[in-house]
Amino acid sequence: MMLLALEDLTVLRGEVPVVDTVSLSIVPGEVVGLIGPNGAGKTTLMRGALGLLPHRGRSTLSALTPGERARFVTWLPQSREIAWPVSVETLVTLGRVPYGAGRTALSAEDARAVSAALDQMDLEVFRQRIATRLSGGEQARVLLARALAQETPLLLADEPVAGLDPAHQITTMEVFRRLAYDGRSVVVSLHDLGLAARFCTRLVMMDKGRLVADGMPGEVLSPERLASVFGITAWRADTPEGLVIQPTALSGSAP
Amino acid sequence: MTRYLWLMIGLTAGVALLFVASLLVGPAKISPLVSLSALIWGDSGPLTLVMREIRLPRALLGIMVGASLGLCGAAMQGYLRNPLAEPGLIGVSGSAALGAVIAIQTGLTAAFALALPLAALAGAAVSVVLLFALAGPRGGSLTLILAGIAISALAGAFTALVLSLSPNPFAATEIVFWMMGSLADRSFLHVTLALPFILLGLALLLPLARGLDTLTLGEDAAAALGTHLLRLRLTLISGVAVMVGTATAVAGAVGFVGLVVPHLLRSAVGARPGKLLAASALGGAAMVLAADIAVRLILPGRDLKLGVLTAIVGAPLFLHLVYRTRRDGG
Repeated sequence: MMLLALEDLTVLRGEVPVVDTVSLSIVPGEVVGLIGPNGAGKTTLMRGALGLLPHRGRSTLSALTPGERARFVTWLPQSREIAWPVSVETLVTLGRVPYGAGRTALSAEDARAVSAALDQMDLEVFRQRIATRLSGGEQARVLLARALAQETPLLLADEPVAGLDPAHQITTMEVFRRLAYDGRSVVVSLHDLGLAARFCTRLVMMDKGRLVADGMPGEVLSPERLASVFGITAWRADTPEGLVIQPTALSGSAP
Repeated sequence: MTRYLWLMIGLTAGVALLFVASLLVGPAKISPLVSLSALIWGDSGPLTLVMREIRLPRALLGIMVGASLGLCGAAMQGYLRNPLAEPGLIGVSGSAALGAVIAIQTGLTAAFALALPLAALAGAAVSVVLLFALAGPRGGSLTLILAGIAISALAGAFTALVLSLSPNPFAATEIVFWMMGSLADRSFLHVTLALPFILLGLALLLPLARGLDTLTLGEDAAAALGTHLLRLRLTLISGVAVMVGTATAVAGAVGFVGLVVPHLLRSAVGARPGKLLAASALGGAAMVLAADIAVRLILPGRDLKLGVLTAIVGAPLFLHLVYRTRRDGG
């Protein structure tokens, strides 16, 4: 069974392809890290795959109706928008809208999903707080809890750990691992190569709109690719804890 | 949920009380019980005529105009995700006013009773067509606001042109007074003309609650939650145009209700834009009824205009809102 299949997905901005003939498939149980320098097309790839942008090629997601899609895939955008001073609970409950919340009274299933999501993101104590009055990192966790409450087979998250403290970065990545363990899948764009190497089951590397590597973190994060795509050198070690990668210098400069 | 329910019950009770109060206030000093029995049981006497043909349509229009302005204000603020948005933003009220001004100026209003509201509705309709042509069905909220500003400016300029070229000082005075907004001397003709449009607007706007809720997370996240943004935009603008156009057609320009009422009720509904819709409709009805009672009590003999009073009360509230937005760093 496949959760997502892209065939020659191309997204144009004007005449220029921002995402250029990318083919990709996601099966259940994966945490796929989407890495690449700024402007590589990571966000555009995810939005194109969702059908939120006009595109060429085929995506299994954009073939769904908006309602079906909302029950199959969750989208967590990078812009952390909370427009109104609503409570954390209200915000997280928006994740249940695809199942009818808001049209009817909340079902027991909705209440359970909201509590589970708050619990996973360590937010139970914030439940009645006003979301817009929380700190930036706390808001990011609230928005992630909203995405978790949607409980879809697939989650696409755009830089969800940016701006989180180290403990919550690890918590977030572990939540993704647990989702994968339960048979769901996560596609997550990341700039932290250390987290990507340590927590992702698979990495997809993009550069200038093209998919340049797809495989196990150890293979994708080769010194050659780090130099040619990111322009950096990194210290790397295979430890009993897994692969450790720490960027050290620009590849042009002398160590 | 229960808190929301209590709020709605409270607002409904408030509207009901103000409706009855509105029926009992007037230049003819009659005891409340006599008035109400004349209204309900009726006879062929002058009292029944006053109650049924003057005060009842006035109170009904108060509810309809207020509910329209409150609901449309909440809808515009929810859609644009901005507490400073107001229903006149898309240029409908200015264009409806222009339509009415032309009807007064050309003497159509003297020809038949409903000429003025019908001309105002035509003005509103033209402005919506112009708005969609300018902003396009897919235009972002910024293009929508800019198009609205342009249409308002244009309508305002033409209104000024008609006024300045008016050879008839009486028509000019009538225009100026009409534009101040009032519910005085309206008849059941106005009620029956406005009612279908108001009901249509309610049917268009109230079901948008869920979509507006999801917009709290931004357009992208809302679309991914299953909200059809294009349809939401078209429905919302049509609904606002129908309701605000109708409200302006029967009452003239009554400002600040759509701006202030959602602001006052926001915290009571936990800031949820969907729940704010129905609450603001009731709140708007209560505010316009109260203001229309006040204009009759403050200066009984002098015909204080409804729109003047709502602006005098509303503008300071708006300043307070701006001040608070600045303090919160918004």
